[in-house]
Amino acid sequence: MSEQYLPGEHPDLRPPVGQTGLLLWLRKNLFSSPFNIVLTILTVYCLYLMLPPLFNWAFFDAVFIAESRDACRAAGDGACWGFIEKRIGQFTFGFYPVEERWRVVLAFVLLVVALVPLLWDKCPNRRQAIWFSLLYPFIAYWLLLGGMGLEPVETSRFGGFMLTMVIGVTGIVCSLPLGILLALGRQSELHIIRWLCTSFIEFIRGVPLITLLFVASTMLNYFLPPGTTFDILLRVLIMVTLFSAAYIAEVVRGGLQAIPKGQTEAADALGLKYWSSMRLVVLPQALKISIPGIVNTFIGLFKDTTLVIVIGMLDPLGIGRASLSDIKWTGLSTEVYVFIAMFFFICCFSMSRYSIYLEKKLHTGHRED
Amino acid sequence: MSNALQTPVAPPRNGFSLGKIWTDKRSRGVIIQIFATAAFFAFIFWLLRNAVANFETLGKPFGFDFLWQESNYDINQHLIEYDSRSSHFRAGVVGVLNTLLVAVCGIVLSTILGFILGVLRLSPNWLVNRLSYCYIEFVRNVPVLVHILLIHGILVHALPGVKAVLKGATDDASQQFFLTNRGFYVPRPIFESGIWLVVAAIIGGIAIAMWYRRQARIKQADTGEQSPVFWMSVLAILGLPIVAYFLAGQPIQWDAPVPGRFNFKGGMALKPEFLALWLALSLYTAAFIAENVRSGIEAVSQGQTEAAHALGLPRGRTMNLVIIPQALRVIIPPLTSQYLNITKNSSLAIAIGYMDIVATIGGITLNQTGREMECMIIVLSLYLMFSLTISLLMNWYNKRIALVER
Repeated sequence: MSEQYLPGEHPDLRPPVGQTGLLLWLRKNLFSSPFNIVLTILTVYCLYLMLPPLFNWAFFDAVFIAESRDACRAAGDGACWGFIEKRIGQFTFGFYPVEERWRVVLAFVLLVVALVPLLWDKCPNRRQAIWFSLLYPFIAYWLLLGGMGLEPVETSRFGGFMLTMVIGVTGIVCSLPLGILLALGRQSELHIIRWLCTSFIEFIRGVPLITLLFVASTMLNYFLPPGTTFDILLRVLIMVTLFSAAYIAEVVRGGLQAIPKGQTEAADALGLKYWSSMRLVVLPQALKISIPGIVNTFIGLFKDTTLVIVIGMLDPLGIGRASLSDIKWTGLSTEVYVFIAMFFFICCFSMSRYSIYLEKKLHTGHRED
Repeated sequence: MSNALQTPVAPPRNGFSLGKIWTDKRSRGVIIQIFATAAFFAFIFWLLRNAVANFETLGKPFGFDFLWQESNYDINQHLIEYDSRSSHFRAGVVGVLNTLLVAVCGIVLSTILGFILGVLRLSPNWLVNRLSYCYIEFVRNVPVLVHILLIHGILVHALPGVKAVLKGATDDASQQFFLTNRGFYVPRPIFESGIWLVVAAIIGGIAIAMWYRRQARIKQADTGEQSPVFWMSVLAILGLPIVAYFLAGQPIQWDAPVPGRFNFKGGMALKPEFLALWLALSLYTAAFIAENVRSGIEAVSQGQTEAAHALGLPRGRTMNLVIIPQALRVIIPPLTSQYLNITKNSSLAIAIGYMDIVATIGGITLNQTGREMECMIIVLSLYLMFSLTISLLMNWYNKRIALVER
């Protein structure tokens, strides 16, 4: 005989085994149908085949400190990270003078400080801090290039991750406003302006960046007054900026087209001039929806900085290739490229995560989906 | 209140004033455009004048006659007849063909991989889903150039050398594929005269399949009966050529690579440069295509699936007749730009020495002849042409499948 309960007084029964916790999760996610069971088993088997050798190569059998490739091979069969460890200075700073490297580090730290108020909207004293962010480009310019009390350093000595950051950050900062202007020009009612912007955008988007870099390095001199020479890094920066501005223009145009015409008309009705209506009404809405695309373009730009090796600049890949030709370390290309890949992965992945966060935060629309 | 209404408003003055030209929207537009045009032409004029002046000081002629000079360099992969005595023009054609080859192969492989990955990403199986997510995120966030160099490095350093392979190969004579660090040696097809019958059979098979498909549609519209379209098409497209192949007396011979003393004889080699570029471009772009495919399928609302099920359509038909046609509309436009990206990214070939158009005309020819301007003009206009062609084709296709709205 079971116990007697008043109606409604019976304690809840425990759910049957397999309907809660880990078992339920396993059944739902891994073994929900015969096909899924086969798929799971196959995947686990593949992972079993691939992961242990990979971890052995990268960690357990790897050599982290070594003097040469032969010493590495003698110490273990895994990756030879000793090579990276030996060259980490070059990978980071290129050929920047060793005694001046603190300036690069300081510029980087200040960059992080300058980014905080821009990226984090709950930052204390955000208004004052943004002044510092606006001032930062000049400080960085002074720190990296020297002059005014600091030892001047030529841009040809820039290299490694530092060069990547310089090109990436400058390109990102300059291409956004230019891209917005181009997008507005392409949507403009003035035919000639529209035509000029459209052909510029389509031209840039139609050719690979690498050919534009070639143009910058070989052909640009022909189009400047005889005798002008200007820095190759500056030329690259201009080309990279123009290139990504064209892509940003297309992303922003998508955003502009998604804004209903009523918004502009309402702004007109309020008596706002063109620039005010754009600045106060249209662009805030258009930029909000184009954020994922803009960040994707930035990620693309950051990745494209690697292309500068084809015109002989020493970004991490250039440094890597140069050091691979060292007879002591030959044949270690996998280690070098995996190391560089990890650097880019960390940077780009965090950018894309930030864009997802921003997208969620700015999702103030009324659509429920 | 009523007073305010009765106050006479001064009629707008029609007099002319200089300030009005700027305040009036239309005349201001005209002024801005005139200035923009003037500035644009002034800029172009300035560039051209500088160019002319620079050419004069250097004493260089401008012209494309150098294209017919002897090129004096070798290209290790050429789809048409080419040697170092051929002209620069021919070197350029070889480069264009190499670019197209790797672009087309890349487009095919990346589309297949991308669709598979995109579907796996939506799988209800947690493990598969997470794995494809990790793959996609890792590949997308690493520059394509790093992929190319990494795969090239692995192919060159990790694969056995030709000598080692040759030593091992002598034991086993039946082997026809050899993977070495100098290339992947595969049998080369030799076409004999009967091949036209097979080609005709393939074309005929496709035509029959299309005709059958149309008849089946008409029949279904009239009677509601369904015909086995898929299997009949497979039969027509695959079966007919196979029959033709044997009827024509097996007109395709395979020239297998035979291990010689120092190298392989016969066969053909897929160079490590080509393999690395092809694999890297495909793997990289597949990750992007997978994301497009995923968002395309997710864009089809759940209601569509439920409605299809309510109509009694089985799973496979729901996918084929309801989900995929709608998803394709979302997938096609970004797919176009991925195809364009593959074509443009193939220019990175120069980093590993695959001789595409940038490496031939824009690289060695440019350095040998010193004609920077002409070479870069050729390269840039070729890429523009590729891009415009692909986007025109895709726009045409896009229009064809677009939703017809009221």
